[in-house]
Amino acid sequence: MSIEVRNATRAFGSFQALRGINLTVPTGQFLALLGPSGSGKTTLLRIIAGLDRADEGSVFINGQDATEQGARGRNVGFVFQHYALFRHMTVFENVAFGLRVRPRERRPSEEQIGARVNELLALVQLDFLAHRLPSELSGGQRQRVALARALAVEPAVLLLDEPFGALDAKVRQELRSWLRRLHDEIGLTSVFVTHDQEEALELADRVVIFNHGVIEQDGTPEEVVEHPATPFVANFVGRVNVFHGRLESGKAWFGPVVVDHPTPSDGMTHAEGYARPHELDVTREDVGGGLWATLRHASPAGAFVKVDLTDPDGRLLHVEIGREQFDTLAVTQGERVYVRPRRLRVFPRERG
Amino acid sequence: MASTLLARPARRGLTEPLIVRLALTTLALAFLFTFLFVPFAFIFVEALRNGWQAYVAAIEEPEALSAIWLTLLVAALTVPANAAFGVAAAWAITRFDFRGKRLLTTLIDLPFAVSPVVAGLIFVQLFGRQGWFGPWLFEHDIKIIFAVPGIVLATIFVSFPFVARELIAVMEASGREEEEAASLLGANGWQMFRRVTLPNVKWALISGVILCTARAMGEFGAVSVVSGRIRGETTTLPIHVEILYNEYAFQASFAVASLLAIVAVFTLVLQTIVEQRNRRIVDAAVPALVEKIQN
Repeated sequence: MSIEVRNATRAFGSFQALRGINLTVPTGQFLALLGPSGSGKTTLLRIIAGLDRADEGSVFINGQDATEQGARGRNVGFVFQHYALFRHMTVFENVAFGLRVRPRERRPSEEQIGARVNELLALVQLDFLAHRLPSELSGGQRQRVALARALAVEPAVLLLDEPFGALDAKVRQELRSWLRRLHDEIGLTSVFVTHDQEEALELADRVVIFNHGVIEQDGTPEEVVEHPATPFVANFVGRVNVFHGRLESGKAWFGPVVVDHPTPSDGMTHAEGYARPHELDVTREDVGGGLWATLRHASPAGAFVKVDLTDPDGRLLHVEIGREQFDTLAVTQGERVYVRPRRLRVFPRERG
Repeated sequence: MASTLLARPARRGLTEPLIVRLALTTLALAFLFTFLFVPFAFIFVEALRNGWQAYVAAIEEPEALSAIWLTLLVAALTVPANAAFGVAAAWAITRFDFRGKRLLTTLIDLPFAVSPVVAGLIFVQLFGRQGWFGPWLFEHDIKIIFAVPGIVLATIFVSFPFVARELIAVMEASGREEEEAASLLGANGWQMFRRVTLPNVKWALISGVILCTARAMGEFGAVSVVSGRIRGETTTLPIHVEILYNEYAFQASFAVASLLAIVAVFTLVLQTIVEQRNRRIVDAAVPALVEKIQN
């Protein structure tokens, strides 16, 4: 079932949370809304769910206009960051809730409810905890109960608001890969909100990056990492080294580093160049098109080594190079090396 | 983080010399003994001064029975009204944003700030023979002041903050996410209230009702002004106590007062039990709340 948001705007007092958002999520997609806090991603999710209303714009679920419907009629599954389990009900009753509150003519029999709840608890691997209270469960278990509860009503779409935000790192990692597998199994159209770029890139088919109430970029994880559309995305997704330079005669000049770049017509003369840590080559000798830098610190990180360098102006550069290559270089702290960006993404800007 | 916020001072950190601790404890106990226990015990000593039969006679006397009956009637009308108001006000204040919300929150506490006598006078001024609505009420033969309706109105006024305040505290602590979840799962307003909200605030509601009942039964000032003290007709228990005392019927006065004292003890015991349950619920909600504030 698809979701479509048209031109959604929302303000809280003088704070503009959403500025004209358009978004379509096709059936079966697993989409991440990624952005810093206050960027509008949770507001959009709550508007899709019907927990909040857009000041302007409309929401379509499965092709039908749901704008005027409240949360109750939209048939969306929703998972809260802090679980929001009914604390006085057992795990079983929590999951059964959505079936029990149905109007009598659509309400399943007691046996059907029992069967469905047990089936869902088996799906989230918690059937052995059916008669516990939420307060007796761990955070990861609570979130799985919340998921089973959301799925019990056979929702058209599943929305998750920072679903792993309240969990510790290890549980988060486990639950993440588990959720991805679950999605592949049941294929429910899902949207989740996160401020953790790693989570978004690992889980989602498609990542929509928010900032100040607008969509900065909308693409696959690969696209947003490899081809960031804006400086914000380049900075927010993954680590990045920034070079400052100017634009002149069809090229971008960053000191000795020169890249082809058409001079923009709107008179912008300055530019920022972005290179990921793994896109910088480090050599012993001057190979041209780069700069000299001093090694400050090197820390091993599995197959590669994280190297911190400072350029002659004292700016910090982060580089990741293969372990073997690092061993061949045999540099020690304080020694000079030559750094050359293999690739530089250039964004023109008003002033340097 | 949550643990530092909720941490209680460690016992080992208590380094005051023994003599100071003893002195403080003795002082506190002496104070309690003088100002609470002695007067309380005195009520029962005086009530039973002329023996058990005189005690029973004072209570079985028709005017006393009428006062008991009226007090119960007033409580029976006041408490449900204030429980309903309290739930509605707490719901509105904690679940919606609207203009005048702060004002409403402040107004709820007004009866605590205003002297009950003043409250009584307000009702006399509004509904009395010479008051704003007096002529209209007289024409339609409706009697409010110096009658039971006036007593009920005045009692509602002085006892209405209890339920609302208890509920607002708990409902603010527990947030609205559970209700949102219920709504998303297809629950209508009534199902959400009945199955999610009410169970979560149950103990706070009971606690508010207990306090409200105690206040409704014990109110003197406001009722004294609006009731007109018509013996056997508009005298509640506290007023009956005072009338007897003014007539030098000390033993009878204390016998009736002892009923109010028993209500007080009963309230205290119930309240302690309920508060323990309630605290457990609030405590369970606090870590999530703390986390929310930090985010």
